[in-house]
Amino acid sequence: MRIKKHPILEFDREKKLRFYINGKELYGYEGETISAALFANGVTTFSRSLKYNHPRGFFCGIGKCSSCLMTVNGIPNTRTCITPLKDGVEVKTQDAYADLPETKHKRHKKKVINTDLLVIGGGPAGLSAALEAAKHGVNVLLVDENPILGGQLIKQTHKFFGSREEKAGTRGVEIAQQLRKEVEKQENIRVFLKSTVFGYYECEQNHCFGMVKRREDYTEEIYELHCKSVIFACGAMENMLAFPGNDLPGVYGAGGVQTLMNVYGVKPGRRVLMVGSGNVGLIVSYQLLQADVDVAYIVEGLPKIGGYHVHAAKVRRCGVPILTSHTIVEAYGNERVEGARIAKVGKNWSIIPGTEMDVKCDTICLAVGLTPSIRLLSQTGAEIRFIREAGGHVALHNKNMETTVPGVYVAGDGSGIEEASTAMLEGKIAGFSAAYKIKNKAFDSKPLKLYHEELERLRDGPFGVKGRKAKEKIAVQWSDKR
Amino acid sequence: MKEYEKTGVLSIEDLRLPSEEQLKKGVAVIECVQNIPCNPCVDACPVKAISMRNINDIPVIDYDKCTGCGNCVAVCPGLAIFLVKTKDDTVFISIPYEFLPIPNVGDRVEMLDRRGEKKGKAEVVRVRRAGKTTIVTIKTEKRFAMVVRNIRVKDA
Repeated sequence: MRIKKHPILEFDREKKLRFYINGKELYGYEGETISAALFANGVTTFSRSLKYNHPRGFFCGIGKCSSCLMTVNGIPNTRTCITPLKDGVEVKTQDAYADLPETKHKRHKKKVINTDLLVIGGGPAGLSAALEAAKHGVNVLLVDENPILGGQLIKQTHKFFGSREEKAGTRGVEIAQQLRKEVEKQENIRVFLKSTVFGYYECEQNHCFGMVKRREDYTEEIYELHCKSVIFACGAMENMLAFPGNDLPGVYGAGGVQTLMNVYGVKPGRRVLMVGSGNVGLIVSYQLLQADVDVAYIVEGLPKIGGYHVHAAKVRRCGVPILTSHTIVEAYGNERVEGARIAKVGKNWSIIPGTEMDVKCDTICLAVGLTPSIRLLSQTGAEIRFIREAGGHVALHNKNMETTVPGVYVAGDGSGIEEASTAMLEGKIAGFSAAYKIKNKAFDSKPLKLYHEELERLRDGPFGVKGRKAKEKIAVQWSDKR
Repeated sequence: MKEYEKTGVLSIEDLRLPSEEQLKKGVAVIECVQNIPCNPCVDACPVKAISMRNINDIPVIDYDKCTGCGNCVAVCPGLAIFLVKTKDDTVFISIPYEFLPIPNVGDRVEMLDRRGEKKGKAEVVRVRRAGKTTIVTIKTEKRFAMVVRNIRVKDA
């Protein structure tokens, strides 16, 4: 299931690694995650459900959904989608609640780090925020859960839209590389990868967080972080859709499949049904074709295609049908997806009888929207509101991305679902504002105005309506609050 | 609602087409019909034939100014620009292509329309790499000038 040749990407498979699944020997490559290596070997069932013993597998591919939990070297509940494969590692499928290993309770010795600014999340927003703040002389600690910096940019093989300032015409993977290089050059940015910020704690002057860093041998180190300001650039997670069979291995987030395919070079299956025709659904469908995976249909519940026409045209001229006013009724299969039934939807999303159709496929990708990740952010006490256009609950924030808790900022999808281009600008604004405050306004605030203008321009068109409305609502509720 | 919003397939009526004379010279046909925040084609044009008042505008091309250089075909993030040049009864169509295998000059490839339906075979007359996107020029009958928008190499 590994992609050997790809029109855009090259996969580095220099070092072969041996590993075990339930005692059976398999091979993977250095740079792959455990999930990717299992997929490449055709293993798609990672655990079994508590009540019905259903097979369970991968879903989001970026450590957000906990669907891929397995026991790794005796450590249960390991998120295998963000855990790098090591030579000789023993992986076991879990049944419902995994048994905790017998360990002598050691007190973890915690390390303490003090920094000016903590940036949580190393995607387009977090990277831009860290760079912007660091350029203004602020010490930054940048933390990300994944093994690679870049967030969702690292799997975007298409050229970006926007203008030259937002690197339009450049592929997301290349933007990630450029930003990574800039971060490496900044001596005042310290990066922690494979690290999770897990809790916000009260302390007198600063903001205080707990962080766990995963070592090479899968054991962990505990840190206590103190910072003057913090920027939450935690991104978003993919939405689930309710239908019978949605827990079968083979039903994956479209973004999860994109990670598997474009970061690790592993195909999710042979034939895919794509659910959702927003830009994510359209782009991932095109990328599946590039990886030589067949796309049976793209189904869209609404009467019209959600994403850009140019993305739809790219898949249509390859012969992939897009069925608007259609939805998935059911996924079926024993150990994994063997097919799906789709049907036409009428008013109020009701299925029109007699329109059901069988689709033979081994993979179903869900591209049905994203929800901002705010679980950690909400611990700070920042005011959270449900804003439909933002994709769910988000923290109220002002124009400079500061929440109702002074010194706590948000940026990117975590502050309302939009695009990578807007995320980068919001990151710059948050980074700039945080630095401006930390440094007591010791530099010119002119760039901030330019960033705001650029952001307005990006949200100006009909496809920016949702983002614009979300931010307007947030602004209104923010001023009501004051 | 426009039909293409439902199907993803443009019809000729959705486009502003060049004249016979302009086609003989060879021009870029921009199949970008929505207000999306994107403008690299404007920056890429060496003769300023493509204009846009702001980034969310639909690009407007001045076919008289266009020299058919193909710079915009290579940069368009939506792969929505095609070069079309007619000569007598034949047409040369240049298509942005991001699949494998990349065809060679002289290969015969399957032509596909905007629906991905097969329209017969054509000869590849030029292959130009522009980064990871390849621009493949095929030569075919003139009647396909505004019909063929993709190729399939594997089945050919």
